Amino acid sequence: MLRLPPFDVHLPDELGAALALLAKHGRQARPMQGGTDLVPNLKLGQTKLEHAVLLAGIDELHGIELDDGELRLGAATGLNALAQDPQVQAHLPALAFAASRIASPQIRSMGTLGGNLCLDTRCRYINQSELWRQALGGCLKSHGRECHVVPGGQGCVAALSSDTAPVLIAYGACVHIAGWQDSALVRRHIALADLYDSDGVRHLRLADAEIVTAVRVPLPSANVHVGYRKWAVRKSIDFPLISVALRLERSDTGSLLAGLLVVSVLGPRPRVIDLKALAGRTIDADLAKALGQMAFDRCRPLPNVPYDADYRRERLAVEVRRLCTEMLNL
Amino acid sequence: MSRPISSDKTARDLHRLDTDGAEGSGPIVGGRHGKHDALPLMSGIDRYTDDITLPRMLHCKLVRSPHAHAKIIAIDTSGAEALEGVHAVVIGSEMPIPYGVIPWTPDEHALALHKVRFVGDPVAAVAAVSEEVAIEACRRIVVRYEVLEALVTPQAALARADLKIHEDNRHGNITKHVHLEFGDVDAALAAAALVVEGDYQFHGSTHAPIEPHCAIASVDGKGLLTVWSATQVPHYLQRELAKVLELPMRQIRVIQPAVGGAFGGKSEPFALEFCVAKLAFKTGRPVKCLYTREEVFLAHRGRHPFDMHYRTAFAADGKILAIDAKSLLDGGAYSSFGLVTTYYSGQLLGAPYRFPTYRFDSTRVYTNKPACGPKRGHGSVQPRFALEVQLDKASRTLGLDPIELRRRNFIGENSVTINGFHIGSNGFLQCLEAVVQASGWAEKWGKLPRGHGIGVAGSCYISGTNYCIYPTELPQSAVQMCLDRSGRVRVFAGTSEIGQGSTTMLAAIAAQELGVELDDVRVLAADSDLCPVDLGAYSSRITLMAGNACLTAARTLGDKIRDILAQLWGIPAADIRLEHRRAFSLTNPQVWMPIQEAFIITESKLGLLGSTGSYTSPQSAVHGDYRGGTIGASPAYSFTAHIAQVQVDEDTGEVTIEHIWCAHDCGHAINPVLVEGQIEGSVYMGAAEAVMEHHDTLPSGLRTDGRRRDSGPGVDGLLMASSLLDYRMPTSLDVPQLTALIVQAPDPRGPYGAKEAGEGPLHSAIPAIANAVFDAVGVRIDNLPISPEKVLRGLRNQAGRKPC
Repeated sequence: MLRLPPFDVHLPDELGAALALLAKHGRQARPMQGGTDLVPNLKLGQTKLEHAVLLAGIDELHGIELDDGELRLGAATGLNALAQDPQVQAHLPALAFAASRIASPQIRSMGTLGGNLCLDTRCRYINQSELWRQALGGCLKSHGRECHVVPGGQGCVAALSSDTAPVLIAYGACVHIAGWQDSALVRRHIALADLYDSDGVRHLRLADAEIVTAVRVPLPSANVHVGYRKWAVRKSIDFPLISVALRLERSDTGSLLAGLLVVSVLGPRPRVIDLKALAGRTIDADLAKALGQMAFDRCRPLPNVPYDADYRRERLAVEVRRLCTEMLNL
Repeated sequence: MSRPISSDKTARDLHRLDTDGAEGSGPIVGGRHGKHDALPLMSGIDRYTDDITLPRMLHCKLVRSPHAHAKIIAIDTSGAEALEGVHAVVIGSEMPIPYGVIPWTPDEHALALHKVRFVGDPVAAVAAVSEEVAIEACRRIVVRYEVLEALVTPQAALARADLKIHEDNRHGNITKHVHLEFGDVDAALAAAALVVEGDYQFHGSTHAPIEPHCAIASVDGKGLLTVWSATQVPHYLQRELAKVLELPMRQIRVIQPAVGGAFGGKSEPFALEFCVAKLAFKTGRPVKCLYTREEVFLAHRGRHPFDMHYRTAFAADGKILAIDAKSLLDGGAYSSFGLVTTYYSGQLLGAPYRFPTYRFDSTRVYTNKPACGPKRGHGSVQPRFALEVQLDKASRTLGLDPIELRRRNFIGENSVTINGFHIGSNGFLQCLEAVVQASGWAEKWGKLPRGHGIGVAGSCYISGTNYCIYPTELPQSAVQMCLDRSGRVRVFAGTSEIGQGSTTMLAAIAAQELGVELDDVRVLAADSDLCPVDLGAYSSRITLMAGNACLTAARTLGDKIRDILAQLWGIPAADIRLEHRRAFSLTNPQVWMPIQEAFIITESKLGLLGSTGSYTSPQSAVHGDYRGGTIGASPAYSFTAHIAQVQVDEDTGEVTIEHIWCAHDCGHAINPVLVEGQIEGSVYMGAAEAVMEHHDTLPSGLRTDGRRRDSGPGVDGLLMASSLLDYRMPTSLDVPQLTALIVQAPDPRGPYGAKEAGEGPLHSAIPAIANAVFDAVGVRIDNLPISPEKVLRGLRNQAGRKPC
């Protein structure tokens, strides 16, 4: 059995204390919620830490509340709870669906929304044992200097595999972030899409002592529809091999006012495609086809996750077309 | 007639006779009973190897090679030895004697001696106070290698005879070549109305038992070595430990605790067993080694990848005239069971169909990858795929229903295969009929809407092999049985319970024959100090072989009891039945006594009641009279038919297996619940490897720019999937509906007519699925697995369509 390397565990009961700990220990410390991503990575020696700061005891990270036309989702919200919450199901059904498709029931009962948004990037050359990576000679994200996905590549292209990120981006979500500066708590918020950077080694635009505290999602108006599809080989357990979220704003006459197509598992950040070029078109089967073609033309999945990259590209087109088709009658 | 003792209240009290225990009804053998050993396992009472902790026990970890092919120049263990908490380090030169489960091909060392041959080949082992310390110690062992070119495809291994993976191998990298020919194949091919010719690729897959390999060794004050291991062959382990450690077998005790899945992946000795034993001697303390999941994938011994070229000739009426098969087997770094696999790749194809001429030519080569070995359906699942797909192609060309084509070629019962194997009972036609009826074949085949399809395939498997792995005239299975005044029966058997139900089978036979309930039987199995030798759980041999031994032992005891009661009651022994905790006269049910009382009376007359039973397979007139003609010959053969119904998504190429009907002729179901369980498990395993599972290394020259590294470690030989996340076993949501149908064609050689059920039902699941895919969309996938991208490519080629 793989052994978990030893580290100190801290269980602060307020946000300031948690951030102070993270600031004090710098790169040696990491926030931890359910641990479903971090613990396997620690066991594989892919991530190292001296201090785990558990966030479960911090009240303000919990809860789902309707507030001023927005749904506020605490970062410590469990993934099962998210999938089953009546308010989420009523207002953000695609998010509830996406959450219900993450990993397996056991992992969803441990994992949290914040953890899913902050998932480490994944790649067939990094999510491996020490022996395997040693045999490979390392890579940009491990101990080497070479990218095996893109020969000669200078930037790590490990993929974001979050199921909730693309759908929340499509909903126009904003992440609330708390940090620690000069012994004081500092808060900021940014659009969720801006949380992600294109460097797979450090793909979260968070400073060392910063954590995501909540996600705020504006309630979509009646003419806004969001959908999500995930493709994985198995119907449970697997990370997505391709995932797509689609936002369609419909005019009274059934044409497209505006929209977003969010494609994930390409690289370290989701690809957000604005659909303004298609504005005015009737939302119908032809649009579904056009969207599929657009995804195919504009996205090129890499051999970074363990599946045939060319197939993933073709599959992406089908998933986008089917997602749009599913949404035609909404 | 009086009942002398049972009427004596005092005697009953004295012996605490259990007369009001719930006596069952109905048969035990053939009845639907739960698994004998399930509750203790499920409730955590029974222990797996890793559950065992001994006082002062040390933990062992292995240093493994990061190179697929390299010479070992030097090993420096001083850094590890200096680490606090490290008790001993062992390297290959301390165990220089080679071993191998097949006595003719000992090409493995407990730890690599001069060379490493795959990424993960173990080179050193450490015993330390904890796994954490052992892991750190392994990091401090410095091994200097001279890296060699890695040969990771069988074609490369064949081509590079100059670069031998094993220097002392006779013919380049060929580990075994078998060429056998029966009849004039070329003439039959030339005269045939139809020859179906094609290339087929069967990919590698692995067993992925949920319990990783684990072993513990302990040496007592007198030098007796005890090894507990998650093995399915404790006897072979004892033999190889004796060889490598240079100990007499009597100084070694092997115990196999409860095993959490094996499927062939634990059917030979592994590095960890030798290392813990050696380290236990070196340290004087018990030592445990538990493999990580990655190490289980490296230990492998899974399904051999096969490249096959098949030509099958048919007459216009669909009769098979000839089969001409050529196979290249990718063996991985070591021989393992490879000699047998190479024979099985041709020898096990001789039924259920009759064909007058046959040639097969199989070559197994070494490659720099984890060694392949026996996985459920050893060596015969791959050729079965090629043949059954060819039969389907022939039926299409000849305009015959594929069921009818198979019926026409049926070899029959009490027949002899072209390669000289003697078939006894044969329920194949009943199997076909059962799946045809259950699936609604007649309404579906060729009639389902496009995208939906149905396919059939048939197969045959062995119930053990007539000949032991090592040449011997000793029994292959033996059982000791003992009963006493408690009313309880003890069965001592060397059998390996690996979840397949051998313990339940033995208990059922003992209970049936001695008139007790299942729960009154204690089976003590797989402890070399306590139990007679059994060769182990492989080749689907235990029910037939150990079952027969158990039946002999039980009937010997039953006869003693009946003889004594016959004297007592003054009736013929043949009139006496022992059933459900009672002994009684069949003709006069008023005459009876509790079985415990019968045991007491018999023991008081004869002394302790014990018996033995042995099974030795038939040695003549069962196999072919030619070199290799004994390999694969079995006392009895099982038969299977599968029908699979699939749905193919033409946009994505994804195949959904909707339903599989499997009918299996197991001779006689000693416990139908367990037979159905074996059918279900086999079919799921087969379906999984047909569409999902794939064990291999990353393709050579993986880099998209075609550039290869000049030096240092390369990507050659790295496992594609070394975790249960990447090695995609289906979840409960991914498996088809399944109908398991039992067919019983009793074989006189099996106990109560029983034959095997543990491996046969896997075989034809895979070609049935492939044939169903063709029925659905007209695409043939002859290179497994049937993955969406291949189906999509097939659809594109068919339609000349472009992406999107």
